[in-house]
Amino acid sequence: MNPAVSVEVTGLQVAFGRGRRAFRAVRNAGFSVEAGGSFGLVGESGSGKTTVLRALAGVLPPTAQVRGRMRMHGESLGAIRPRALRRRMQMVFQDPYGSLHPRHTVDRILGEPARVHGLDSIDSRIDEALAGVGLDASFRFRYPHQLSGGQRQRVAIARALIIEPDVVLLDEPTSALDVSVQAEILNLLQRLRRERTLTFVLVSHDLAVVSHMAEALVVMRAGEIVETLDVAALRTAAPQHPYSRHLLRASRGYDRAAASEF
Amino acid sequence: MSAVRAWLLTDIPQSRRQAQCQRFFLAWLVFRRNGSAVAGLAIVATLVAGALLAPWITASAGVTPDLGDRLHAPGSAHWFGTDELGRDIFDRVMWGSRITLYIVGLVSVIVVPIGLAIGVVAGYVGGWVDSALMRLTDVFLAFPRLILALAFVAALGPGLENAVLAIAVTSWSPYARIARAEALTLRRSDFILAARSQGIPHLRIIAGHVAPMCVSSVIVRLTLDMAGIILTAAGLGFLGLGAQPPTPEWGAMIALGREYLLDQWWVPAFPGIAILVVSLGFNLLGDGLRDVLDPKSRD
Amino acid sequence: MVERRDPLLIVDGLNVTFDTPHGAVAAVRDVSFTLGREKLGIVGESGSGKSQTGRALLGLLARNGRMSARQLSFDDVDLLRAGEAERHALRGRRISMILQDPKFSLNPVMTVGEQIVEAFRVHAGVSRREARDRALAMLEAVRIREPRYVFDAWPHEISGGMGQRVMIAMMMVPEPDLIIADEPTSALDVTVQLQVLALLDDMLARRGAALIFISHDLNLVASFCDRVLVMYAGRVVETLGAAELHGARHPYTRGLLACQPRVDGDGADLPTLHRDPAWAR
Repeated sequence: MNPAVSVEVTGLQVAFGRGRRAFRAVRNAGFSVEAGGSFGLVGESGSGKTTVLRALAGVLPPTAQVRGRMRMHGESLGAIRPRALRRRMQMVFQDPYGSLHPRHTVDRILGEPARVHGLDSIDSRIDEALAGVGLDASFRFRYPHQLSGGQRQRVAIARALIIEPDVVLLDEPTSALDVSVQAEILNLLQRLRRERTLTFVLVSHDLAVVSHMAEALVVMRAGEIVETLDVAALRTAAPQHPYSRHLLRASRGYDRAAASEF
Repeated sequence: MSAVRAWLLTDIPQSRRQAQCQRFFLAWLVFRRNGSAVAGLAIVATLVAGALLAPWITASAGVTPDLGDRLHAPGSAHWFGTDELGRDIFDRVMWGSRITLYIVGLVSVIVVPIGLAIGVVAGYVGGWVDSALMRLTDVFLAFPRLILALAFVAALGPGLENAVLAIAVTSWSPYARIARAEALTLRRSDFILAARSQGIPHLRIIAGHVAPMCVSSVIVRLTLDMAGIILTAAGLGFLGLGAQPPTPEWGAMIALGREYLLDQWWVPAFPGIAILVVSLGFNLLGDGLRDVLDPKSRD
Repeated sequence: MVERRDPLLIVDGLNVTFDTPHGAVAAVRDVSFTLGREKLGIVGESGSGKSQTGRALLGLLARNGRMSARQLSFDDVDLLRAGEAERHALRGRRISMILQDPKFSLNPVMTVGEQIVEAFRVHAGVSRREARDRALAMLEAVRIREPRYVFDAWPHEISGGMGQRVMIAMMMVPEPDLIIADEPTSALDVTVQLQVLALLDDMLARRGAALIFISHDLNLVASFCDRVLVMYAGRVVETLGAAELHGARHPYTRGLLACQPRVDGDGADLPTLHRDPAWAR
C-alpha cells in the first residue's frame, strides 16, 4: 500500500434496516485521501455524504450494516476500534449548538478526552488548545450557552485537536454560522491544517466551501458517487456529470432559466 | 452582597467552582420568579426546620401519656390541643415531621439511583438489554402499589422501615421509564456521538454525559410523587402497618384520632392538615423545579 | 413585471425592543422603507433584526416585545391604529407569511389536502367539493407531480422541499397583496431552493403581489429580488438596487460580500469582517 495515502475507502455500503425494506444510504462509495490532503464530499440531503463520514468516525447507530473497507494509514477501521485508533481520527460536527454537552464547562469538554487518552499536563494542554483556536483562557470555565455560535465551533475544533489526531472529519462545519463567522472558521481550519499537517475529510452541501477548502472532491447523489474531480476542474467549471453541473449552477444564486432546466 | 452577585453573574468565571455556583444561581433566579414554587419551597423548608428544631420548640417528645390532661381543646397551653392520652398534639406533629422526612429521604435514596441506573442503561445501550430491563420494569409497574406494600409488610412484619421498603420497591419503575425516554433521545444527539467518536468509554458516557441530563426530570417527578409517597406511608400507618404506636407518625395519629372526629375534631385534624400542607408543598416545589430544570420547557 | 403604483407598504421609523432580565434590548432601530409591487430583500446576519422587522409588520412579536413607529401603513390601513381584529383579518387575507421550516407551519394532525381545502373554504367561501378541486389544482400549480398523493399525505410524510411548495400553495389561496417570506428556502437543498424560488417568482408575477424576502444569503437575495436592504445591529445600513449590489458602498456590505468563499476562488485565506462600532450607532 501507498504510504502517502491517509484515508482509503473502497466499496463502502451502508444500509439501515434489514431485508427488502432496508434503506441503502450509501452504495459502493470509494475514494482515497493523501496524508496532509483535504478531501471534499459534496451532495444534497439524502446523498449519503454524512453517512460516509459517520461510518469513518465509527458513530453509526447499531442498526446500520456496513460493508466494504475503510482504512486509515493501513489500519482497518472496523465496528469495534481500540481507543488509540479513535484518537487518531477526530470529528467536528455541523451544529455547534448540539455538539457540546450543555452541562459541561469548556474545561471539562476539553479535559475529558485528554484524560481518557492518558495525556499529561492537562491544564497547560487545555490553555494551549484554546489559544490554538483563537480563544483566550477566560473561556475556560464557561458553559456552552455563554458562547456564540462561532466560539462554540472553535471549542469543538479544540476538542478534536487536543488529542492530536492525524485525520479530522468535518461535517458541514460552518453551515450553521453567519458568513462572516464562516470565513473566520474556514481560515482557522486551513491554518491548523498547515501547522499540524492534518488530513481533512470535509462534507458540505456548499460547493464554494469545498472548493475553498479541498484539493479534490466527490459529488454524491442518492448514496452513489456520481463524479470524482479535482478542485482545478471545479474552479474552471468543467465538471462532466450533468448533476455536478446543476449543483454548480444552483450555487451561483437564483436564475429563472436554470431553474426550469432541473 | 453586590460583590457576591457580581461574582455569580460575571461572564468570565475563573474556576470550576465559580462556574458551578453560577449555574445554580441562575437557576435560582428563574425559580424565584415563580411565586407558588417559592411557597412550596418555604413549606418544605419549614418541614425540615421543624424536624431539626423539634427538641427545642417542643415541651416533650409527645410519647409519654398524661391522662390528667386528656383531650384539651387547642389553646395557649396546648396550641393544637391534646389527644386521648393527654399528649400535646403540636409536639407530636413536630416530632412526626422527622418521620415524614425520614420516609421521604429513604424512599428517594432507594428509588432515584435504581430508576436512573436502569433507565439510562436501557436507553443508552438499547437492543436486548433494553428489552430485558424494560420488561423487568413493567413487572414492577404492574403491581398495585398499596396492595404490594400490604403484602410486603404482611411478610416482613409491620414497621416503618418495611413500609418504606415496600413503597420504594413499588415506585422505582416510573423513574426508569422517564430516564430511558430521555436517554433514548440523548443517544442520538451530537454531543454523545462526539464523546463516542473521541473514544470515551461507554460507562463514562453513561455516568458523566447521559445520566446528568436525565437527573433533572427524575427529580422533578420525584418531588411531584412525594405527596403520593407521604400519603401511602400515612395510609399504611392508618392501617396499622407502618410506624407503630407510640411513634407520632401522622397517618397513625389520624387512625387513632378518628374516634374523636366529631367531638374533639383537633385530634385527627392537625396531623391531617400537616399531611395536606406538606404534600401540597412538595407538589408546588416540583412544579417550580420543572420550570427551572426541564430542558424542554426552556428555549 | 414591476409596476410601481402608490406604495403598498410604508414603514417609517420602526423600532422594536425586547424586555429581558438584563434590561431592554433594541432589536430594530429606526427602520424606514416603502414597498411597491416589487420584490424587496432584507439581508443581514443573525441578530441584525431582519426577522423581527418582518414579524413586527405582521404584529407577531414575542410577548416581551414592544414596537413603535412614526408611520406604519398598508394600502390605506394604518397598522398602528388598527385593532387586533382588523390586523387579524389583514394577516389572513392580504398579507401572508412563509417561514423557514414548513414543519412548524403545517398542522401535524391534518392531512395536507384538508389544510388547503380549509383555507379555500375560509377565504373563498366555496363548497367542500369545489374547494377540493381547487386545492388539487393549486398543488398542481406549485408543480407537485402527484397532487393526489400529496393531498392525502400527512405533513410528516412529505419532504422539506415539498412542504415549502405546499406552504406557498396555501399562502396563495387568499390571493394576498404582500407575502413576507422569512428564510423560506434556507432549509432546502440548493437545486430544490432554485425550483421553489422559481415557483414563488411565477406566482408573484401572475398575481402582481409584493414580496419581502428575508435572508442571510446576500447572493441569493441579490439574484432574486429587485431591491435589497442591508441590516446591521437593528439598523438599515444600506439600500441597494439588486443589480448594484457589487457596487455597494458600506464597509459592512462590502465585507460580507468579500468574506464568502467562491467556487472559482484561489483557496487563499478569506478576508474577515472587521466590525466598526460606529456602524451600530
